[in-house]
Amino acid sequence: MESKFQGQDQTLLQQGHSGFAADWSSDQRVFKKVSWGKAMMWILLLSDTFVFACFLVAYMTARSSTTVDWPNASEVFALHIGGHNFPLLLIAIMTFVLISSSGTMAMAVNNAYRKARVPTALLMLATAALGAAFVGMQAFEWTKLISEGVRPWENPWGAEQFGASFFMITGFHGTHVTIGVIFLVIIARKVWRGDFDRDERSWLSSGNGDYEGVEIMGLYWHFVDLVWVFIFAFFYLW
Amino acid sequence: MVDRGSDDRMQLPPREVADVMPPHAHSWIGKYVFSQDAKYIAIQYSGTAVAIGLVALVMSWLMRLQLGFPGTFDFITAEAYYQFVTMHGMIMVIYLLTAIFLGGFGNYLIPLMVGARDMVFPFVNMLSYWVYLLAVLVLVASFFVPGGPTGAGWTLYPPQAVLSGTPGGAQSGIILMLVSLILFIIGFTMGGLNYAVTVLQARTRGMTMMRLPLTVWGIFTATVMALLAFPALFVACVMMLFDRLLGTSFFMPTLVELGEKLSYGGGSPIAFQHLFWFFGHPEVYIVALPAFGIVSDLIAVHARKNVFGYRMMVWAIVIIGALSFIVWAHHMYVSGMHPWFGFFFATTTLIIAIPTAIKVYNWVLTLWKGDIHLTIPMLFALGFIVTFVNGGLTGLFLGNVVVDVPLSDTMFVVAHFHMVMGVAPIMVIFGAIYHWYPKMTGRMLNEAMGQIHFWVTFIGAYAVFFPMHYVGLVGVPRRYFEIGEPEFLTAPVDGLNAFISSAALIVGAVQVLFLFNIFWSLRHGRKAGGNPWRAASLEWHTPETPPRHGNWNELPDVYRWAYDYSVPGAPEDYLAQNDPWVPDGEERRL
Repeated sequence: MESKFQGQDQTLLQQGHSGFAADWSSDQRVFKKVSWGKAMMWILLLSDTFVFACFLVAYMTARSSTTVDWPNASEVFALHIGGHNFPLLLIAIMTFVLISSSGTMAMAVNNAYRKARVPTALLMLATAALGAAFVGMQAFEWTKLISEGVRPWENPWGAEQFGASFFMITGFHGTHVTIGVIFLVIIARKVWRGDFDRDERSWLSSGNGDYEGVEIMGLYWHFVDLVWVFIFAFFYLW
Repeated sequence: MVDRGSDDRMQLPPREVADVMPPHAHSWIGKYVFSQDAKYIAIQYSGTAVAIGLVALVMSWLMRLQLGFPGTFDFITAEAYYQFVTMHGMIMVIYLLTAIFLGGFGNYLIPLMVGARDMVFPFVNMLSYWVYLLAVLVLVASFFVPGGPTGAGWTLYPPQAVLSGTPGGAQSGIILMLVSLILFIIGFTMGGLNYAVTVLQARTRGMTMMRLPLTVWGIFTATVMALLAFPALFVACVMMLFDRLLGTSFFMPTLVELGEKLSYGGGSPIAFQHLFWFFGHPEVYIVALPAFGIVSDLIAVHARKNVFGYRMMVWAIVIIGALSFIVWAHHMYVSGMHPWFGFFFATTTLIIAIPTAIKVYNWVLTLWKGDIHLTIPMLFALGFIVTFVNGGLTGLFLGNVVVDVPLSDTMFVVAHFHMVMGVAPIMVIFGAIYHWYPKMTGRMLNEAMGQIHFWVTFIGAYAVFFPMHYVGLVGVPRRYFEIGEPEFLTAPVDGLNAFISSAALIVGAVQVLFLFNIFWSLRHGRKAGGNPWRAASLEWHTPETPPRHGNWNELPDVYRWAYDYSVPGAPEDYLAQNDPWVPDGEERRL
């Protein structure tokens, strides 16, 4: 692994267990190649993992302790097209879009390593567009369910915790995606304007003259994507 | 980027992170109000925490007036009493203790002790304080809304917390409480990311993790725990807010209220308890671990001895932190659980006694044959040790399922947790303020007032909480507005209750003297100089006292741990962490 950011003295880096121990017992920094911003994002995501884990565990508790039947996900989340019911069709498309956006994000980060300004910005905008499409489809799904009578306190098919959990968990995840889209656009704009090419500090830019903001954004975006996989598995497929 | 430092007699390793001055404020508002300097943020955090803590102190007086002299005070109604209980607990645990240890001492001491110029993200750090202040204001606002603040008890158990029978349950009290907690968690997270990253990634040259003062280890571990435990409270608050506002039934079973069936149904109140205590038990140690760390430093400095078993102390802090995530259900023995779970949680709970006992032994062994100076910080440190041991011993009772079931929900529990996480950490906070006030202001706190403050607080706290164990043992339940003389009490407690209440009033009153001392000494205190306690850790070796923006002229290089006291052959009885002294004939190494 070569150092992507912040030219490092390679002798500081050791491999394996002894490297782990050497890093933790060294001065200045525990994670030798990790900048402050990236470290903060990792810890924030660790904390956010606990938030989503608590949401999902609470939902599973509600689902397994309720006395009324839980609505059948493959019927509730079906699209009716041309006289046929396609179970989970919309969710499948949403999942595909979001995972594709992780792909474009990874490509953006790859371009950021090479400081390719224009492709990085364009790929981030593509990621933002896919993210916005995901949120749009989620809004469509919410509208459809609400028109069918799903409310946080009731629904036509069974346990009332269904609607409550659905709106809470997808809403919280959708908020994360929305925040991500906003910051994708902001950082894409900074890349486009060349803020990351300059050696001066500015908002969201450490002034190291590298594109690290893109990589930190990528961490967040992949996290949001990963969380969706768990929501998809536990809410829609269960 | 490579800075060789001023010392040309040895080769220093390169700086891994460029030494950048934190952004400098130019306006008065930028310096003192919207300050991005961790030291000002620390003082803002502490001031706000103490101010709201005083509100909670007054509420404890009102509660004790009612319990000690029932029927005497007409203005204390049953509703008001429950509101006092709730707000006293919530404010003391979250808005005072958590905020002052992490936001106050964390902000002040971490950058100075690790040899950094500031926290790594000063702007986010500033936001952290203002969101915290907003949380406090929302909390205060609940006193002025119709129905008043929530009276659900600090644990906010549903379903009662959101029903009309509980004060503030059907009005806005509970809503404001939950919103305030959510804000607090968001604010804390911003600060907590700063504390954690600063300790991990922004230490100065020569400052390894195993050279950090135990204060930093305590605050750091508590911060990491808080970042992992507060999410559970956040989720619980969001869900209960939905139950209250949107009519969801996450925690609400089918209920009949005043003969009318409510629209709720199918939810699990126990789910809330699990979420709450998954946060709530680590919270005990979020408050205790910084106290453990700080008290270790106080004892070492004021007994002129190195901390006994430093590595053990560090590992004990880390192990306590980890264990505290798998003991939460010991708060729920009376909620009912499978006996195997009770067995599991009792076992993990009692295992925590091992690392805590290691810490107590090491404190005592640090004192052993030390050159003990009975300064005010040392007095409070000693007060902490005995109080913590006492509180910890009753924890052994309550950790066992069969002993806990009869004792649960009695005043015995109240006495236990006040000793172990009320009085004990507060003792450390007092000691720490007496210890670091000279660094923050350049003047010493008045010694005579400090002596009065310590002895009245220490003896008074025992007068309050020692008899309270007995009151609980004879059967007085907690959270009762007025119990009269029921037959199940095995002994009368009226006289004791009046005694406890009188002691509580005196202990509370002497805190006013402490506050007076803080303001009086700002102008009239003895000039302290840079290092009045002749302490070794880095924060005492700043070029100026109080340290200015950026803390250092040139970043210090660290040659040793924080506990080189009474080193044979050394020029003084302590060696500063940035002192390159070595015995004759030995080679100097960073």
